[in-house]
Amino acid sequence: MKLPRFVIPTFIALAALGGWEWFVRVGHVNDVLVPAPSHILQWFWWALFDQASFESGHYLIALQKGELLPATWVTMRRLIIGFAIGAAIGIPLGALCARVRWVRDTFGVLALGLQTLPSVCWVPLALLWFGIREEAVLFVVVMGTVWAVVIAVQESVLNVQPLYLRAAQTMGSKGWHLWSRVIFPAALPGVLSGMKQGWAFAWRSLMAAEIFVVIVTGFGLGSLLNAGRELLRMDQVMGVMAVVMLVGLLADLVFFAPLERWLRRSRGLER
Amino acid sequence: MSPPTHKSNAQAALTLRNVTKRFDGSAGRVTALEDITLDVREGEFLVVVGPSGCGKSTLLSLLAGLEHTDEGAIKLGDEPVHSPGRDRLVMFQQDALFPWLNALENVLFGLRLKPGLTDAERLESARYYLNLVGLGNKEKARPHELSGGMRQRVALARSLAPNPRVLLMDEPFSALDALTREQLYGDIQEIFTKRKKTIVLVTHNIREAVCLGDRVVLFSPNPGRVQQVFDVNLPRPRRMNDPALANLAAEVTTALSSHLTADKQ
Repeated sequence: MKLPRFVIPTFIALAALGGWEWFVRVGHVNDVLVPAPSHILQWFWWALFDQASFESGHYLIALQKGELLPATWVTMRRLIIGFAIGAAIGIPLGALCARVRWVRDTFGVLALGLQTLPSVCWVPLALLWFGIREEAVLFVVVMGTVWAVVIAVQESVLNVQPLYLRAAQTMGSKGWHLWSRVIFPAALPGVLSGMKQGWAFAWRSLMAAEIFVVIVTGFGLGSLLNAGRELLRMDQVMGVMAVVMLVGLLADLVFFAPLERWLRRSRGLER
Repeated sequence: MSPPTHKSNAQAALTLRNVTKRFDGSAGRVTALEDITLDVREGEFLVVVGPSGCGKSTLLSLLAGLEHTDEGAIKLGDEPVHSPGRDRLVMFQQDALFPWLNALENVLFGLRLKPGLTDAERLESARYYLNLVGLGNKEKARPHELSGGMRQRVALARSLAPNPRVLLMDEPFSALDALTREQLYGDIQEIFTKRKKTIVLVTHNIREAVCLGDRVVLFSPNPGRVQQVFDVNLPRPRRMNDPALANLAAEVTTALSSHLTADKQ
């Protein structure tokens, strides 16, 4: 008899969780350091649904019960806005780098350098320039996104098959028409993977920024995680870590993966 | 050696006068084409044939306006050629179809850039040419869903649809299998006879040259020069296995190899 594909992985996952639970319960490790899965689940319940099942020992007033969804929303909003700004700046800049050699030799090289800079390094400057405000976080996220996008766009535009350009030019395509109808569609797969990379960088930089500084304009997942640290609530820390992973997976699942699949299928790169 | 000239009363579509083209490569300066003088008559199927490195593809790029001459002049009618234009469309060695567009949209690409037409007229024209190359039922197919031969047919329809004055073909059959190629030879000849297009084809296949051309211009390499011009007066449609065609092809081959051996000594 053939089992459905999900049965074995599910079984292994449950066994691993059970083993972890057992390991903590019998007291091999301090459950303050390593919370049991059941504790993390409990925390989830509390953080999501505002159950009054938890003693009120926390001192950060902003972190009320039932804080998880609002915090996730705050973080997602920062991420989406920052990412959108980063992409909106990065795509034309990358195109410009590809088009104009001296821009590529100056700005393109700078972008390459800045891409290697973890964008959390921007936090001190951002705080100084914008204050402990939303703009500071957005700036850090934009700095995380924009360079990866610039470089990806530049590379994929430079790698557009010259044959396409020649064919289009002989048919009278030039200027904006050439860019919008030929170069951009041809570069789209590369641009998309650059956006995906930009998204990953944005996500990391946002977490770093939120953990690093408490932004008074809204408590995101990073603040929640940091509060867990200060409260010595490792169930909260690990719970937030799980949410951060889930959001990342979800973004890939509902946005990037379908887009990539559509792109590859429509061009015959995948069946 | 003075280049062979062809006296003719027919009006020239393309004229080349003392065209020279050089490239700066890693091995220094290379002369790709030297002192080419050639007329392509209106409504003529001219084939440029020669071994690789004889500059025939460079010649086509110059005619298309994708490259510029170092010396000499190229004219389309009375207008000097210095940039790509709709009046000279190119069929490339690979089909160069855009993978993000379907067959019909690919054919429409050039038509959309042609002013003075309504969208309905463009669509009608695109459909007409897709039908002409026998792919009327493949409008919605993406390039990757078509065979190599079909893709070149779409490329042919795309080049014909904006009704260019000259059709330039850069070895468009060389990547196809023999059977598909023969089919396309038939199609091209039929379209050529029906539409009376001026065509310049570049190829290294001598049989193909003799099968398709009204005139065959033999190029010799290093640097690319016009070696000899052959008139082909066989009736159309011509078939590849026609003995008369084979004889003429043998004549061209002999001319080429005698030149190549003379060159070596």
